[in-house]
Amino acid sequence: MKRNNLILYGALLVFGLLAPFLFPAFKLQISFMWILVILALTWDVQGGQMGYNTFGNILFFGIGMYICASTQIGLFFPLEEWTASGGEKTFLHTPSQYFLGLSAGLVLAGIVPVVVAALIGYGILGLRGHYFAICTLGLGIAAGELAGGIEIIGAGQGMTAPPWPKGIGDTEFRSEFFYFLTFITMLATFTFLRWAYQRRFGLVLNAIRDNEDKAEAMGIHTMRYKILGWMVSAFFVGIAGGLVGNMVGYIEPTEIAFAGATYGVFMILMAILGGKGTLWGPVIGAMVFHIFKEGFWTFFLGWQYVALGVLIVVIVIFFPEGIMGWLREKFPERFGEVVDEADRKAQVVLK
Amino acid sequence: MASILRVDKVSKYFGGVKANQDVSLSVGTGSIVGLIGPNGSGKTTLFNSIVGTHPIDRGAIEFDGREISTLPVPAVAKLGLLRTFQQTRIFGKVNCIQNMLISSNPTKENLITIFSKVPEELTEKAENLLKFVGLHQKRKLLAGDLSFGQQKLLELAMALMNEPKMLLLDEPTAGINPTLINGIIDRLITVNKEFGITLLVIEHNMRVIMNLAQEIYCLAHGEMLASGTPEEIKNDQRVLDAYLGAG
Repeated sequence: MKRNNLILYGALLVFGLLAPFLFPAFKLQISFMWILVILALTWDVQGGQMGYNTFGNILFFGIGMYICASTQIGLFFPLEEWTASGGEKTFLHTPSQYFLGLSAGLVLAGIVPVVVAALIGYGILGLRGHYFAICTLGLGIAAGELAGGIEIIGAGQGMTAPPWPKGIGDTEFRSEFFYFLTFITMLATFTFLRWAYQRRFGLVLNAIRDNEDKAEAMGIHTMRYKILGWMVSAFFVGIAGGLVGNMVGYIEPTEIAFAGATYGVFMILMAILGGKGTLWGPVIGAMVFHIFKEGFWTFFLGWQYVALGVLIVVIVIFFPEGIMGWLREKFPERFGEVVDEADRKAQVVLK
Repeated sequence: MASILRVDKVSKYFGGVKANQDVSLSVGTGSIVGLIGPNGSGKTTLFNSIVGTHPIDRGAIEFDGREISTLPVPAVAKLGLLRTFQQTRIFGKVNCIQNMLISSNPTKENLITIFSKVPEELTEKAENLLKFVGLHQKRKLLAGDLSFGQQKLLELAMALMNEPKMLLLDEPTAGINPTLINGIIDRLITVNKEFGITLLVIEHNMRVIMNLAQEIYCLAHGEMLASGTPEEIKNDQRVLDAYLGAG
């Protein structure tokens, strides 16, 4: 099992590092696949590990996107003029301005959603079950509408992210640059969650999922773990949002930033497809989902959403526990669920 | 004998329903006390009031010299007062060892302890306690796959893992195979004698409670009807009437 893991990690790492050179035509597609992996992994912190079905993580995605772009622009130029007049034509970032702005933007794209999650978490994470789901659904929609009313970030018109600066490689180089940024962010997300799930943090999230009242009765301040979990998700989702804003180049409030109907739903589907509540499930789910989705868009254009709908139905009916959940049911021993046989003989019978 | 838990004239109403009315009891340190009463007499409500599940309407609850009636559940648990549930509550989708590890009592919950590894010796302690309740061979199975009786035993082990000063047990033998009941009584006595944990036990099985408790309180219609030694309770006409519905 240990060796298998090592091979798996190695293969993925090699694939990730070589993909842009092996499949240059699919660079952007694979970058988006890593973004989807981040979204699925972070949704699973709430939806899978903690059992809180959130529709609201898209909120952090959008906030990250707007914060990142605004920082990139606002650091060097008047943001208002940029958004009012298609500023990318008037103002030009020099390469050093661009990269300085991007780094600062991505850092803030992580931090601001974390603060937001901490602030709203105390109120919202007190809700449970359906109430929590509905409330978070409202969050994403409200945020989209709000963003559509704020002039300085372009309101309903949307805003552009700074274009790639002149004199530093061509568009191919730009794609490679963002490819590796998304890949590294995905690796960081995965590594951090893998680490955190092996700590007390992971245990308690599972306890909250299985029986929150019992966890409290055992003296655990569950609220702290719930808020902390949401902050972790918000951080990585925010950075992913910042990256997507730059990759797409154009930020629109309800279709791209607070895109509840696309990214917001995809992150849930991917985690469920792969197997929620497992580390690898969301990763596998996101990859499979992305490949199917791109296939549908290529081969069933016009019917792509119908095909996607069919896929969703198939997932829910045949893999209610996801790919990893299905594997666990088939091969429980492989997941460490064993009755100790040697022990059974030595067992003192309970009188 | 000094008392570890003192419930003083506690009342709890749900709308017009008087679930508890001026209920008082006291539990001596290191003793085993029983709480009996017909269904719906307010026993579980009293447990919920004690551990802080809901606010009480009147009265005072003192544990280990501290007023606890306004504290939330986790804070009461951290003081060393734990309860188990009538319907078992375990963490079904993780294995027994993990159930035990979750139940260990972290003295502090800050960023460092939340993200620190679970210490090795805790696993050892968990295994020993699982041995004590006879679940060692099933320690790597999902807790949700255990039978109801085994889940009850697991819940007891989880409570012990927390090292409480006092345990409130809500029907520890309900739904358990009669041959297992003696095993549970033995273990509860061991818990009390050797681990030094004070027990307050709700129980419908008279044979169990008469063997176990040194003192028994009887609730009926939300009010404290009688208290005394098992002998006194057994012969108390009011208790018999409450149970058999006479008068």
